[in-house]
Amino acid sequence: MSHEIKNYHLNFGPQHPSAHGVLRLIVEMDGEVVERCDPHVGLLHRGTEKLIEYKTYQQATPYFDRLDYMSPQNQEHAFVLATEKLAGIEVPLRGQYIRVLTAELGRITNHIFNVCAFAMDIGAMTPFLWGFEEREILMEFFDRMCGARLHMNYFRHGGVSADLPDGLLEDIMAWAERFPQVIQDIEGLLTENRIMKQRSVDICGITAEQALDWGYSGPMLRAAGVPWDLRKAQPYDVYDRMDFDIPVGSHGDVYDRYVVRIKEMYESLKIVRQCINEMPDGPFKEDSGKFAPPLRGEMKTNMESLIHHFKIFTEGFKVPEGETYTAVEAPKGEFGVYLVADGSNRPYRCKIRAPGFAHLQSTDFTTKGYMLADLVANVGAMDVVFGEIDR
Amino acid sequence: MTKALEDLGDYIAAALPQEVIGTEVKLDELIVVVQRNALVKVMTFLRDDANCLFKQCMDVTATDYPEREERFEVVYNLLSLSHNMRVRVKVLTDEETPVPSIVGVYNSANWFEREVWDMFGVYFADHPDLRRMLSDYGFEGHPLRKEFPLTGYVELRYDEDQKRVVYEPVKLPQDFRNFDFMSPWEGMQSILPGDEKAEGGA
Repeated sequence: MSHEIKNYHLNFGPQHPSAHGVLRLIVEMDGEVVERCDPHVGLLHRGTEKLIEYKTYQQATPYFDRLDYMSPQNQEHAFVLATEKLAGIEVPLRGQYIRVLTAELGRITNHIFNVCAFAMDIGAMTPFLWGFEEREILMEFFDRMCGARLHMNYFRHGGVSADLPDGLLEDIMAWAERFPQVIQDIEGLLTENRIMKQRSVDICGITAEQALDWGYSGPMLRAAGVPWDLRKAQPYDVYDRMDFDIPVGSHGDVYDRYVVRIKEMYESLKIVRQCINEMPDGPFKEDSGKFAPPLRGEMKTNMESLIHHFKIFTEGFKVPEGETYTAVEAPKGEFGVYLVADGSNRPYRCKIRAPGFAHLQSTDFTTKGYMLADLVANVGAMDVVFGEIDR
Repeated sequence: MTKALEDLGDYIAAALPQEVIGTEVKLDELIVVVQRNALVKVMTFLRDDANCLFKQCMDVTATDYPEREERFEVVYNLLSLSHNMRVRVKVLTDEETPVPSIVGVYNSANWFEREVWDMFGVYFADHPDLRRMLSDYGFEGHPLRKEFPLTGYVELRYDEDQKRVVYEPVKLPQDFRNFDFMSPWEGMQSILPGDEKAEGGA
């Protein structure tokens, strides 16, 4: 006697722990094999792009913290670079170094989170606990830089909001000397682990050609074997002075993505150390007073600074007509801002290109024919954060 | 860099004289404006030609200019890894006229086009699956159009009696205020009352 088994639909999320936020997947399954999977996104849509059209340029920066909330500084970086390009703002060298330092610390915070959360998705609890201890230390550094642990609002058009406090660089350096040991410990639990490898090697692989076609970027693209990094290829701020390597995978599968992220943390540490060693003296934001708000002390004592302060916090500054697509290498991939200015004090249009959006749309393609459990591993290793995908 | 982009722009314009309306380099970025109906041909050329090799479509978006006759600019940002260059392709359209979908050329354009449809109401012809992307199930309107109010039309809350989420028209205790901070001293056009007489020969 034969039974005909029909495909059935499974609703995955939006409240599932391994949906990484609010992903809803409609999965068509044949037994436990995924035949088709249709991600429904937008459950966290807040209309960021529309809101930015009604804010001055400076008021718009905090919205970028709330996109990919795992590495807020890298998003801010893209936006301030776009504005600086349109308005022609020069950033002093120290400001650029501080930004690069912050961005790399952000990359490490992001990769710790992703690697550990991914490990938990496939059953390893301990890395999450170890990793979060380090993440907490990094958050304390951010707290000392700008007063906020997560939503930093630290970058300004023309520099950063505040200079580094005394002793911070020494503390970061001490941490950077100690941190490789933690990565090695986490690697010791995962990299050669039998369960880890069974769950990730050769799962949802993608070739370099397909990865390009699907608009992959960042670690996802590098895991597929394309040595492409915007920090090297189209350097911004002082990345052209930094000496680091681009880790590359070969299969584009879940395991390669994990390894690329682990290796990137070591490379980021290199950049962090270089930034600290080479950190120049001087102003940390442009001091014409036209774009970045003047220092608090000056504002209290100097008439002209007071006027600048008042103008910037009420009217904002005007950006000449123009448009730009400026992209940075965010931890998740190419984070781009397409900014159209109409000469007023507000962006006319600000499109945010989130790397996770492009990665997630390939879920159907990459998971076809794999098991449901592999789908979880795939989504976990894509490093999706719904703040940036839904915007 | 600007020189290389200008050369590339000239090359594209020369290779596709019928299809390309114009090219320009602004702020070190190359912009190519294309005939709407020839979009797929141009995209395929940009992807496959040895001097272009724009293998990646990084972003598709649109900009709304309500005062223009063809109010939407649909913008494609392409990236070439082999030449380390970017190009921005633009087509113009209005509310009615569909733009040919380029999902056949770049798979990554699929969701981006759905998003543009959702946010602007630009229709893409021959798109395999043109559903709404980011907005709520059953949402009406296209939020990123300039005439769509920032506050939207409906808000939702959980209704204790009906035991479900209900939609209601937006009620604001205070009207949405939009301050015009454009300074009259710097932003004023140089037309003073009476000036037009000097120009017009009245």
